[in-house]
Amino acid sequence: MDDHSLTPLHANHVKALRLSAALTATPLAFAALAAEALGLLPSGAVLLPALVAIAWYVVRLPLRRYRVRGYHLGEDRLRVVKGLLVRRDTVVPFGRVQHIDVERGPIERLFGLATLILRTAGTHNASVALPGLGEQDALAMREAIREKIRRDMA
Amino acid sequence: MNTQVDSPPRRTDPRGLLIKAIRGMGGAILPIAAVLFGTGGTEAAPVVVITVLAGFFVVALLVAAISWYRLTYTTGPEDIRVEQGLLSLRARSVPYERIQDVSIERPFLARPLGLATIQFETGSGGKDEIDLRYVTVEEAQRLRDLVRERRDDSGDAVREPAGSAASARRAAPMFAMGPRRLVVFGLFEFSLVIFALLLAGAQQLDFLLPFEIYELENWARLFEGQRDRITGIGREGPLLAALAGLIGVVVLGVVTGIVRTFARESGFRLEHTSRGFRRQRGLFTRTDVTLPVHRVQAARVDTGLVRYRFGWHGLRFVSLASDPSGSSSHAVAPFARLEEIWPVVRAAGLEPPDETTEWRRPLPGPWIWHTVVIASTLAPAGLVVSLVRGSALPLAMAALAAVVVACAHALAWRRRRYARDDRQLYVRKGNLAPKLTIAPQVKLQTVEIAQGPIARWRGYATLHLGLAGGTLDIEGVPIAHARVLREQIVDRIAEVDFSMLAGDPGPGTTANRPDDESVSGPTSR
Repeated sequence: MDDHSLTPLHANHVKALRLSAALTATPLAFAALAAEALGLLPSGAVLLPALVAIAWYVVRLPLRRYRVRGYHLGEDRLRVVKGLLVRRDTVVPFGRVQHIDVERGPIERLFGLATLILRTAGTHNASVALPGLGEQDALAMREAIREKIRRDMA
Repeated sequence: MNTQVDSPPRRTDPRGLLIKAIRGMGGAILPIAAVLFGTGGTEAAPVVVITVLAGFFVVALLVAAISWYRLTYTTGPEDIRVEQGLLSLRARSVPYERIQDVSIERPFLARPLGLATIQFETGSGGKDEIDLRYVTVEEAQRLRDLVRERRDDSGDAVREPAGSAASARRAAPMFAMGPRRLVVFGLFEFSLVIFALLLAGAQQLDFLLPFEIYELENWARLFEGQRDRITGIGREGPLLAALAGLIGVVVLGVVTGIVRTFARESGFRLEHTSRGFRRQRGLFTRTDVTLPVHRVQAARVDTGLVRYRFGWHGLRFVSLASDPSGSSSHAVAPFARLEEIWPVVRAAGLEPPDETTEWRRPLPGPWIWHTVVIASTLAPAGLVVSLVRGSALPLAMAALAAVVVACAHALAWRRRRYARDDRQLYVRKGNLAPKLTIAPQVKLQTVEIAQGPIARWRGYATLHLGLAGGTLDIEGVPIAHARVLREQIVDRIAEVDFSMLAGDPGPGTTANRPDDESVSGPTSR
């Protein structure tokens, strides 16, 4: 029940988070460069703070995000923990899983990662996503959960 | 271990591409119209039409071909899997146990080619299901039979013949509302919506009005004439006029409420039949809705500020199937005494709270925090306006508003209760009009503990419970207790599988779904 039992996500998840953060921050970097080139303010007055912010956003934040995330695959339930600011700690009993998706976006594929998504009939948490799993792990988890759904029936 | 192996990955029928391409040409109609309009319909028209149509055909064919090539489905011993996507790959697995219904459709264009669409419906409420469009009819039937076969519990005993729907026992009404009840109900439905309608109508039709309605002068002129008559009555004239106006508004509001209530609820009748709860109501469009008992996810007893003082409440059932009126919960006793409500609640297999129910109170944290946020936005705003205007009035008003908000929050916190017993979860909300939710734990889907920074600091959490067709939250639960509650609830949930809850008659059914599968739509009589 306590946080020690949480399994961390695949180490590549940090890299994937950093890459998508870098893509998000690119327009800001260009804007800062453009502002610098215009030279309206003393040199570095825009570029330096922008670079610090971008560095924090691309390097530090993904790491902190990664560290709070984790999951625990139990006998009859999956626990997913995430959220830096608002911490969300969700438990999905396998008996309520409607179907299971494994998604691999372009960035995730680059790092050999996958997202496991459990769909339930609930209005809140209709889909519980667990990103940052190794591709093989995600598929293995899907099989494990599916088998348990099956066994519940017996 | 299961010795059965997966079928090789299959693709949908390539002839389906033709249908998609033809359908894609439908998008060409607007551009063609635009071009013809632009060129003024010269002799080049046939060339334009053919070129544009062909262009759309080719593009649609290409798009369809790519998605066709990238979509494969596999039937395994335990599930159906669909893999698709060009850039973003998605692999979906639907276990046979979760498939509630298989529907095969044969659209107009697909029929000559011997093709059909097949859809595997799960309980997840419409979207996110498997939908294979354009497989051969034989393949569709094979898949349907496969699902039937693989479902462990698809014995004949549970699959009732469709004819039994007609023979459903007609029972005495559990709850009904006569005209007298409706009049009382209508009084509490006091509504000024008619003024909103008049205003909206005036806006839409303002070109018909003899004057500009947004010109204040016009209104002033309109009243100018009346003023002399009013002041002519005497010193009490203006007062009387205001009073008459007020009475007029009240009368119109009451009449609107009664008329609307009659139109909606006339002949309200709730029966408990062997198929579930059957509700009939309505004056102009009479609706007849059946909600199977096993579809009831939770019960909500609510009331209003005034009607509560007179002992009136309403009962709704939360369910996945949506009410034809558009709301996702079914009003089964919209205006009733609690003595009338509890039997209906019991008939749905739920228990009302009693004296053994151990009510708990939340920590005040969330309400204090809300009050702080609201007060700290009101105060500076009031201060700024006061400084600009040079008057203390805005600041005083902001302070008053903050006090009112604080009182309302304090009351809301004091009245908030939650409880859990072996079967059910109870949540009572509302500061002046209490609303009670009763949810059986086995019907819940997920349990989430959410904590913002303040909540972490103060040691409380919000418990979000996944309810099919509604939301159920408990705020301000001490974190230690939230963990215990979650453990207890999830243990309860895990005891029973979803497919047992659904109690459905098996995926037996073909394109024409029997009416007991879902809430039947409104039938005009």
